[in-house]
Amino acid sequence: MQNNYAYIALFATIGVAFTVATMWVSWVVRPTHKRTGSKAEPYECGELPIGNAWRQFKAGYYIFALLFVVFDVEVAFIFPWARVLRDMKSAGLGLFAFFEMMVFIAILLVGLAYAWRKGVLKWD
Amino acid sequence: MSLTLTGIIKLVFGWLHIPEFLVQPTVMIVAAAIILGFILLVVLYLVYGLRKVMGWIQARIGPNRVGWEGLAQTIADALKLLTKEDIIPKNADKWPFIIAPIIVFVPAYMVYLVIPFGKGNGWVVQDLNIGILYVVAVLAIPTIGIITAGWSSNNKWSLLGAFRAAAQIISYDIPLVLAMVPAVMLAGTLSTQGIVNAQQGTWFGIFPRWFIVSQGVGFIIYLLAALAESNMTPFDIMEAESELVAGFNTEYSGMKFALFFLAEFASMFTVSAIAVTLFFGGWLPIHPSLSFIPPVIWFLGKAAVFIFVIMWIRSTLPRVRVDQLMSFGWKVLIPVALLNIAWTGLLVILA
Amino acid sequence: MPFDLHSINLFDMGKQFVFTLTLQKISFLAVAFMTFASAVAVVTMKNIFHSLLFLVLTFLGVAGIYLLLSADFLAAVQVLVYIGAITVLIMFALMLTSKLMAKRVSQTMEQWIVALPVTLGILVVLIRLVVLNPWGMKAAPAGPTTGIIGTSLMTKYLLPFELASIVLLVAVVGAILLAKEDKSDDPS
Repeated sequence: MQNNYAYIALFATIGVAFTVATMWVSWVVRPTHKRTGSKAEPYECGELPIGNAWRQFKAGYYIFALLFVVFDVEVAFIFPWARVLRDMKSAGLGLFAFFEMMVFIAILLVGLAYAWRKGVLKWD
Repeated sequence: MSLTLTGIIKLVFGWLHIPEFLVQPTVMIVAAAIILGFILLVVLYLVYGLRKVMGWIQARIGPNRVGWEGLAQTIADALKLLTKEDIIPKNADKWPFIIAPIIVFVPAYMVYLVIPFGKGNGWVVQDLNIGILYVVAVLAIPTIGIITAGWSSNNKWSLLGAFRAAAQIISYDIPLVLAMVPAVMLAGTLSTQGIVNAQQGTWFGIFPRWFIVSQGVGFIIYLLAALAESNMTPFDIMEAESELVAGFNTEYSGMKFALFFLAEFASMFTVSAIAVTLFFGGWLPIHPSLSFIPPVIWFLGKAAVFIFVIMWIRSTLPRVRVDQLMSFGWKVLIPVALLNIAWTGLLVILA
Repeated sequence: MPFDLHSINLFDMGKQFVFTLTLQKISFLAVAFMTFASAVAVVTMKNIFHSLLFLVLTFLGVAGIYLLLSADFLAAVQVLVYIGAITVLIMFALMLTSKLMAKRVSQTMEQWIVALPVTLGILVVLIRLVVLNPWGMKAAPAGPTTGIIGTSLMTKYLLPFELASIVLLVAVVGAILLAKEDKSDDPS
């Protein structure tokens, strides 16, 4: 049934409509004053901010994102396997399917072990 | 005709002579609105509950002024936030700043599409084929909103908080999902109702056949990862008040702040509901002889127990350090979760 | 008496068919337009972060098209991997390139003389593909696809499946080798 997915679109639409509506109601009922003085400055505990926040950041974050992409793709492979493992067992291929996935996971664990060994997983 | 939402709307429409093809769209919209109302109600009383529980644990009495025993306190807070002045910092990137709360809240609401509140198709809005995978996919979206909020604020605290948040979420997303996989393996389906149905029955007529029996380790991984994923206290380094002011939402005020707050508490319920569905038999009673209590009461009751556990953890444990947090996720949780999958695989094929 | 949130089977079959068919067409056009418009916005925005936000919208649109094709598993993976992982990766990459963050970057190309023939060539190939491809006029019945994908991965496409893990391993090793260099000139 197409309705399966129509609900997803509907929930997204109603969610957006609700958030926009609450922001609009708040815009109607709240007081609006002109932003004067230091009110519109970014809050940095009372100090006047020096420069922009949009500057170069720590590179350490990047490697975790790279590892995350790899393991996310792995998850995309694990789910179909998890779904059919019982079916494979009743088809007499249970052990076969199990070892297929174990090989798959083992190869990825080699990657994780490599990252560990190289000190990438250490936060500094 | 039984007392169903479709039945009621059909009856009303027939009485008002409204064309019948409008029935189904109306049913869908009403169902979505009921869920939205449910979230708002749950969040109001989760906030109250959290403050009360934390109060008792810290030997205080918590909110007790507005309404009977402070029951109207959160309503007052919500009204206050609605009428607060909204400040957008002058260097902020205006449109992303406004859109960010929407990106965070909408996925938190969309997840409720597949939560099985009770028995049968009437108690889940839509029992999607991809069920639990839908939850995993939709919950990946708020990260974007958090980074957008931090970046568009043009505040160093916000940006630092947002990047810590994103790094934490991506580190704990993998163990979270890997802890969900064993339930799918045991049930042989991704649908949330299917997973609950697979947990029916008892061992020796006493012990319920819930997945927690073989998935103790999986559940602990799930709980830890879910706490980290939804920024709850032992893992709330992203909005660590003492270090980062308030993290990614430092610059937010009024209703936009309220939406972040709403999303956080909505996902507190989601985390508990998914835990109940995957490990504790969803709406199933603890013993078949107790099935005179309606399934929905069982479901909400079990979810309430988890919510209490989360609040308890929140008010007891101190915050972990960033480096401990990152290495714990990658070096402990992911390998253990993979071993847990291997063990469950053996269980499935040898049983 | 159960309280039912919804139920199916509301129309006589003929009416329902017409209704969903047009609704499907309308939703396809809407999703396709959203995908296309946000893709255009990605390459025309002056601010690179805004481009990225429109890229998220494009990814969502592609997931929507998968859903309309009844490829539910693929749609979920699209959201999980592209929005949940790839976009976050790009956002982190933005953090490393300080110059791009605050500046308004013009997206006009100086090398358009080279780029134009290449893109035109690709366009010709694509148009030819669209015209020559025998498009199936009958949609396949909607159904759960995850199980089918799982079974084919375990039987028919076993070798590609195992090769995928090798590819992922190579990606991990490559990523570490690349990012190790970045660590030395870390300013913060």
